[in-house]
Amino acid sequence: MGEQITGAQSLVYALETAGVTDVFGIPGGAILPLYDPLMDSPSIRHILVRHEQGAGHAAEGYAYVSGKVGVCMATSGPGATNLVTPLADANMDSVPMVAITGQVPSPSIGTDAFQEADIRGITMPITKHSFLVTNPDDIPRAIAEAFHLASTGRPGPVLVDVSKDALQGSTTFEWPLSLDLPGYHPVTRPHAKQIREAARMIIDAKSPVLYVGGGVMRARASQALMRLAELTGIPVVTTLMARGAFPDSHPLHLGMPGMHGTVAAVGALQKSDLLITLGARFDDRVTGRLSTFAPDAAIIHADIDPAEIGKNRDADVPIVGDLAEIIPDLVTAIEAEYAAGRRGDYEAWWSVVGRWRETYPLGYDLPDDGSLSPQYVIERLGIISGPESIYAAGVGQHQMWAAQFVKYERPDSWINSGGLGTMGFAVPAAMGAKVGAPDRTVWAVDGDGCFQMTNQELVTCAINDIPIKVALINNSSLGMVRQWQTLFYNERYSNTDLHSHRIPDFVKLADAYGCHGLRCESPEEVDATIEKAMGMNDAPVVIDFVVHRDAMVWPMVAAGTSNDDILVARSMAPQWGSDD
Amino acid sequence: MSRHTLSVLVQDQPGVLARVAGLFSRRGFNIESLAVGPTEIPSVSRMTIVVNVEGLVLEQVTKQLNKLINVLKIVELDEATSVQREIMLVKVKADAETRSHILETVQLFRAKVVDVANDAVTIEATGKHEKLEALLRVLEPYGIKELVKSGLVAMGRGPRSITDRSVRSLDRTG
Repeated sequence: MGEQITGAQSLVYALETAGVTDVFGIPGGAILPLYDPLMDSPSIRHILVRHEQGAGHAAEGYAYVSGKVGVCMATSGPGATNLVTPLADANMDSVPMVAITGQVPSPSIGTDAFQEADIRGITMPITKHSFLVTNPDDIPRAIAEAFHLASTGRPGPVLVDVSKDALQGSTTFEWPLSLDLPGYHPVTRPHAKQIREAARMIIDAKSPVLYVGGGVMRARASQALMRLAELTGIPVVTTLMARGAFPDSHPLHLGMPGMHGTVAAVGALQKSDLLITLGARFDDRVTGRLSTFAPDAAIIHADIDPAEIGKNRDADVPIVGDLAEIIPDLVTAIEAEYAAGRRGDYEAWWSVVGRWRETYPLGYDLPDDGSLSPQYVIERLGIISGPESIYAAGVGQHQMWAAQFVKYERPDSWINSGGLGTMGFAVPAAMGAKVGAPDRTVWAVDGDGCFQMTNQELVTCAINDIPIKVALINNSSLGMVRQWQTLFYNERYSNTDLHSHRIPDFVKLADAYGCHGLRCESPEEVDATIEKAMGMNDAPVVIDFVVHRDAMVWPMVAAGTSNDDILVARSMAPQWGSDD
Repeated sequence: MSRHTLSVLVQDQPGVLARVAGLFSRRGFNIESLAVGPTEIPSVSRMTIVVNVEGLVLEQVTKQLNKLINVLKIVELDEATSVQREIMLVKVKADAETRSHILETVQLFRAKVVDVANDAVTIEATGKHEKLEALLRVLEPYGIKELVKSGLVAMGRGPRSITDRSVRSLDRTG
């Protein structure tokens, strides 16, 4: 205290005090004062990316695997607006992230100055909170509050916009002893009465399902979930955001529910009499047509965010709190029921869902012409690289196949853009994940459409010794859109042919970016190519898997239809059985 | 659908009105009226928001508002147990012939004339929404030249205050 420093130096001290060790960003005019003292920070590594969107997704990938707050940085105007997509993405998927943006000097704010954009105003709907700092004395407090908001309660992105004169002005550094957030009180302790009521309903239920969402990941409550599942023997489904929260190999696991979920998981939710909803939000991609979703189920809904409860589906027993506390409390309450001689009996239910799981396993047909099947590639990748690897996906068919055919055994191994569905997420997110978990193998499972949106970050990876691996599932089209055109638009393929079997040459592109480039065109080469890539750790690797373009993602619940109408393949509905 | 009056205490910080207004528009909640002003605590502002929604949507409105970091407290004020007022200024055509009739109406509604010109009077009236609507209906035949109304403000009846201890602790001046 006492020493006169610049606001920029104060900001660097604040980041160091907040525990930041890695930042992804690009400098520019308004944020230049910050980059000067940043150069001298003994503890912060700044990774210079090639596009601010890459910085944002990298911060997300970093947060996913490290459990820390991801940090990205950009200058004012276009630098800041390039962060809009990652901020929206992090907001939808509750990723803890702090974005620091430079702003034009405060006397110029509102004058349409060079590189001015009202980034706080622009991002209000897509951040958990945002700050505009124009006084250097306010910097440490804004940073302290931003990190607290981003990482507590329901996590999310927080923007701190700092004007250039605040960075250049003179101040003293003082880390706030207490935060000034009188309107922010996330409830973490669940209500005991609700817990007891939930336990009673679980005992009485005949066909319950543990409907597990991404909240279990954010609460780091996987082990608690395992105890609850094994104690009760209730079937588990894990949503797209919760893949890995419960091991795929576990006999209680029915797989992923939703538009491309397993028949067993979708069917179990539909026919259930009690959904024990843990950190999930009844998203339309899970429920299908909401009015026909799980019509006979009572709902226990546990979430840290009270606004999620009752938003899409009424809850019979709402439980607001931290799942890391709720789930152990549920275990204790159920053990008390057992001790009193009350115990649920789900045997009949298991005979039904077990039959669905046996009859309708995930599967795929191999192309008749002997060309490469995308599902086969992804399945082999998961087996060869194994469950300790991290898999980051883009958005589309390859994402769904990576959710289906890679078998996840632990949390923090699956990273994807679930809520916003951001194409181009994979490469930068994988880069951030590799920085956050340098000892783990990190694969970006990407499509040729997605890859062409953000592959410039391979340069960042090559230069900064971040050896990620990219499995490019190249079907030469915007595959998921093409699938919808096949199914719903009479096979009229308007603007979905990317011609990427010809242009660009992804192997040459990888080479130009300082990465290893490999190509694989036949099933016989798949294992050897993956194994070769596994051995390349001196630089990033890109494998161009040239796959058949007509493969489709199944099962499928068409958008806006009922989960009851799930198809296991084109025009093929499952037989639910005589006890419907 | 029914009308609900929400009193929302917020931190008096730049952008807070934009946050609240933006929330209503992006979630598709319709605001009937909104009034903002200071409270007895310098760092706290109070918004009175009237929404016309059904019960479940009202619950979402309240929960989403509560998620805004700058929102301190939300109380729904029931019409029966609160005082609810709007203020209205209305400029009405008034010549020598009609002026006395208009003044009579003003007295009946316990409104008052705040400005007089040769061919118009400006009337100030406060009250509930329905009272002001009734006054307007009576004045309409004379010719309304200009009309402005405030949003509704409201306060619960009885001795209790919604700025309880937790909010009062923000008052660093007292």
